[in-house]
Amino acid sequence: MSTINVKVAAVEEVTPLIKHFRLESEDGADLPPFSGGSHIVVTMDAEGRTYRNPYSLMGSPSDTRAYHISVRRQESSRGGSVFMHERVQVGMRLKITHPVNLFSLSKLAHKHILIAGGIGITPFMSQIEDLKAVDADYELHYAFRSYEQAAFVNELEEKCEGKLYCYADSQNERIDLTELLRHQPLGTHVYVCGPSPMVVAVLETARNLGWPENNIHHEEFSAPPVGEPFKVQLARSGIEVEVPAEMSMLEAIEEAGVAADSLCRGGVCGRCELTVLETDGGIQHHDHYLSDSEKVSCRSIMPCVSRTKGKRLVVDL
Amino acid sequence: MQLNFNDESFRDDYSYKNSPEAIKRFPFPFSEDHYMYSVNIEPHAKGAKGSVYEYTFDVDEHYVSECLDKSVTLEQDPGRYAALPHMMTAQWDFLELAMTAMANDYPEYFTLTKNGNVWTWKNRPLEIIDTFTFGDATTLPYEPFEYMGRQMQGDFVLLDQRDGTLYADAGIVTSQADWSLAFNTGMSWQEWHGPVPKVTELGVLDRALKYLLNLQVANPVRRLNWTMTINPRLDTSPENYPLWAIDRKKVNDETVGDLVNLRVELQTLFRLPRSNAIVFGIRCYLASLKDIATYPRWAKRLHRVQKDLHPDLIEYKGMTTYHRYVIDWLAQFDDGEVLEYGAHPE
Repeated sequence: MSTINVKVAAVEEVTPLIKHFRLESEDGADLPPFSGGSHIVVTMDAEGRTYRNPYSLMGSPSDTRAYHISVRRQESSRGGSVFMHERVQVGMRLKITHPVNLFSLSKLAHKHILIAGGIGITPFMSQIEDLKAVDADYELHYAFRSYEQAAFVNELEEKCEGKLYCYADSQNERIDLTELLRHQPLGTHVYVCGPSPMVVAVLETARNLGWPENNIHHEEFSAPPVGEPFKVQLARSGIEVEVPAEMSMLEAIEEAGVAADSLCRGGVCGRCELTVLETDGGIQHHDHYLSDSEKVSCRSIMPCVSRTKGKRLVVDL
Repeated sequence: MQLNFNDESFRDDYSYKNSPEAIKRFPFPFSEDHYMYSVNIEPHAKGAKGSVYEYTFDVDEHYVSECLDKSVTLEQDPGRYAALPHMMTAQWDFLELAMTAMANDYPEYFTLTKNGNVWTWKNRPLEIIDTFTFGDATTLPYEPFEYMGRQMQGDFVLLDQRDGTLYADAGIVTSQADWSLAFNTGMSWQEWHGPVPKVTELGVLDRALKYLLNLQVANPVRRLNWTMTINPRLDTSPENYPLWAIDRKKVNDETVGDLVNLRVELQTLFRLPRSNAIVFGIRCYLASLKDIATYPRWAKRLHRVQKDLHPDLIEYKGMTTYHRYVIDWLAQFDDGEVLEYGAHPE
């Protein structure tokens, strides 16, 4: 995955739990444009550990001077958000991926219902810019704990011009999903981003009301094929290769100087298939090439995207 | 780099010809003695100097004549360009991608100057200079996609991504291997691949779609496809079927080497940033069997591939009437030598 080097141009505490970061390209050039709902994956090097966290871009897609992300501090997380809160300061260098959009607006929708919970507001902030640019019909429903803890409410009120509906838990305000989704015109699409119970509730309500599956959207992040580090033994070459957490098995084999065949590097073409001779923990198959029964048998692996769940793997290479 | 642009035609007298350099860089598509559909997609990474993969969009000695042929086809049938209204953002994405890449890769031929949103585009080979406002289609003589598509070799289709599939929602198509833009506009991935034999059973279509739905900005991909065409004709469209299909009957033992062309499509796919759409580029390269036989290695391999090609593919590619002449003619070059893997010439 190609990456972009950025520097942190500004850090702002939006609420006690949420920080907003402005990222500019290291060399001062414009950043690539993007579409509303896109996210980037930020790589953080934290003494021996690498965190790779996806964050939605919340700035205007037409502003390519800087990317904006907001991070909520998650105490229970693996540590990426804590790192962003405690260690990342103005002037610091970070590596990010190019924007990826797995939460895109349907261009043919007649109306868009956007439902946000808490920090889940971020992807909608860039989507609203795209919706306004084409004068689309939309409503933004934003639920949060309390006005004190809610981010960007004033900014959104200004941007949405009467299309913003807020719900504060502290004032016993709730979104009545059934009521909201029952009376929408044909061709309406609903989008949800927020805590998992809220996402499940929206998906279930819409489905129970007979909404077409293609009109129901929830945010998804690209999961880079990373995992735990492991060792792979190349039986024919007689060498052992360390596969770090942030590298694919194929990349690690190539870096060790062993010629491995490959083509698409995305788990579909089948060219890099390797025969598995031994494994102590099974295979995490991320490819679309092997059939389900082939995956269960664990006799083959596509090293461009797949890994072992164990500590050691022996392949015929 | 300095190109000598050919003065040639792709219709009527068919004066198209390849220079020795053009033959040498021809994207011969067969690495093995056998051919069947596969997901032969790879990153569209910068290739060897002088190869058709050297730059994002290859410009070669046929550039000027090919753009002229395209304008003739569009004039006769404006329906070769179509764009649904929701594709306007993708149109500008396409224009930006093409202008940026061409100006960067071929500075002696193309220049892009930006002054905020006011851009000036200079195309020296086609003698075009235009100043326009990026994002304002009224400042260009055509819609942005058509404007730039007319200045590039090959066909382009813009794919909108929604409902877990890809829709062909815009296109500029004048050098197609017997498929119709008017018929396919608005169709989904599964629909426009409907007529292709074998691919569903092979699982190729589903895997390729999953891969493309995950295509990322800055990581374009490519593949080669191929067929055969009688005469070096770009516009082998269903709309003009009566004008070209009859030529298949002219193939015989004497004419086959000159008349039959191996037609290779360099297909490229780019994710577009603002629209999240995908550009599907289909660039056509033509070489007669005599051109191919410049390199005996290619002639031998082509002979073997054609000899055991599946009958369904021969029929689908429209080669049934003349295919035996192709095999017979190529047989004279095939001494049975074992060829190593790879599509390169000697």
